[in-house]
Amino acid sequence: MLSKRIIPCLDVTEGRVVKGTKFVQLKDAGDPVELAAFYDKEGADELVFLDITASSDKRYIMLDVVKKVSEKIFIPFTVGGGINDVETMREILASGADKVSINTAAIKDPNLIKAGAEKFGSQCIVIAIDAKRVKGQGASGKWEVYTHGGRMATGLDAVEWAKKAEKLGAGEVLLTSMDRDGTKDGYELELTRAIADAVSIPVIASGGAGTVEHIYDAFVKGRADAALLASLLHYRELTIKEIKDYLERKGITVRR
Amino acid sequence: MSIAIIDYGAGNLRSVEKAFEAVGINAEITKDKVAIRNAKGVVLPGVGSFDAAINELRAAALEGVIEEAIALGKPFLGICLGMQHLFGSSEEGKQKGLNLLPGTVKKFNFSGTPWSNQSIPHMGWNRLLFKHKAPIFAGLDEGTMMYFAHSYHVVPENDTIVASRTDYGVEFVSAIWKDNVFGLQFHPEKSGEKGLLILKNFGKLCSK
Repeated sequence: MLSKRIIPCLDVTEGRVVKGTKFVQLKDAGDPVELAAFYDKEGADELVFLDITASSDKRYIMLDVVKKVSEKIFIPFTVGGGINDVETMREILASGADKVSINTAAIKDPNLIKAGAEKFGSQCIVIAIDAKRVKGQGASGKWEVYTHGGRMATGLDAVEWAKKAEKLGAGEVLLTSMDRDGTKDGYELELTRAIADAVSIPVIASGGAGTVEHIYDAFVKGRADAALLASLLHYRELTIKEIKDYLERKGITVRR
Repeated sequence: MSIAIIDYGAGNLRSVEKAFEAVGINAEITKDKVAIRNAKGVVLPGVGSFDAAINELRAAALEGVIEEAIALGKPFLGICLGMQHLFGSSEEGKQKGLNLLPGTVKKFNFSGTPWSNQSIPHMGWNRLLFKHKAPIFAGLDEGTMMYFAHSYHVVPENDTIVASRTDYGVEFVSAIWKDNVFGLQFHPEKSGEKGLLILKNFGKLCSK
């Protein structure tokens, strides 16, 4: 049985982790390598680094982070944020990342998914989708794709976009509910399920986790393959061990 | 002692190199025939698509040195696509594989099965069910989880080369072993401590 994955997400700007301040046991909680090593030890199945560096001329700093992480951490990791061409993908993958996640650039030019998948293989290409529920649709859920951290509407239907991305060669969907992100009310299960049912590639649920039950629900009701977690882990409200203990008791296969 | 990691274009070769380094084994990424000939062991990694990678290998005229290394009895490790290339053909592409082992490479297909809602690619951590305990698996327990990321899997003609299977609805071949040739469908370089142990075991075989 394939195990369900728990994936910590680290936001990095100019080579430093933002959020993630409650790590008293770490010498430097802002160091992406040290945090990555910590989560690896704690049992993370994979890691995601989101480069939120505002200025593009400082992007080379992220490549250095990727290199350092790949020298110390021997579990898969994805790098996302501001990737808008095949050359940048190549640089990130050649520096040691296993996957790249693309969002805005893929919406502007869907062929970027295809070009990346052909060059590096589908398993390297993660399509990140930020979705917001369309109001007034009654019982039948509809979600619209947003970019720029939820500020810009694209007019794209999230389910249709996920299907298109899969067809173009994406190997995985990183699905964030903008409505739930940061709320701790639980993942948007209806959205997660709608996307998981529409595509055959794995879906990573993101946005809204507050309890272990929420994570269980994402896997069982939402049919997600993996759960992305940020502040819940960074602020030590839950540990990966606590999450995996609970899931295992509930009969979910996890890696120990 | 040095192990040659064959460089054939796109792919995450650096992780394989760094993983060997982490367990104290000197391994170098190279496409230099002399370096590959002089190596004590050869690793054929592989991320990407079947045809693109085999074309790169042929363009660099590396087919011969790989065959030679295997024929000389040097420890050889194919990882993921690198294992798939040892077989005759793949549903993923039109190009012929190296055809050093009889068999083919097939895509997962769950339609019409009770597992029709399973994701493809098979991506994540799954268990090894040993069939023959290959020397590179020394020290690993039955059911150890490794990291997989693939849509295609090998179907050897000969069952005796199956070292492990993995259950994804169907039990597919996750590792092969024939004499000095080892093939892994998963990524030992991305499978934490247990994965590193496999690379360490391979390194030991190379130093014999």
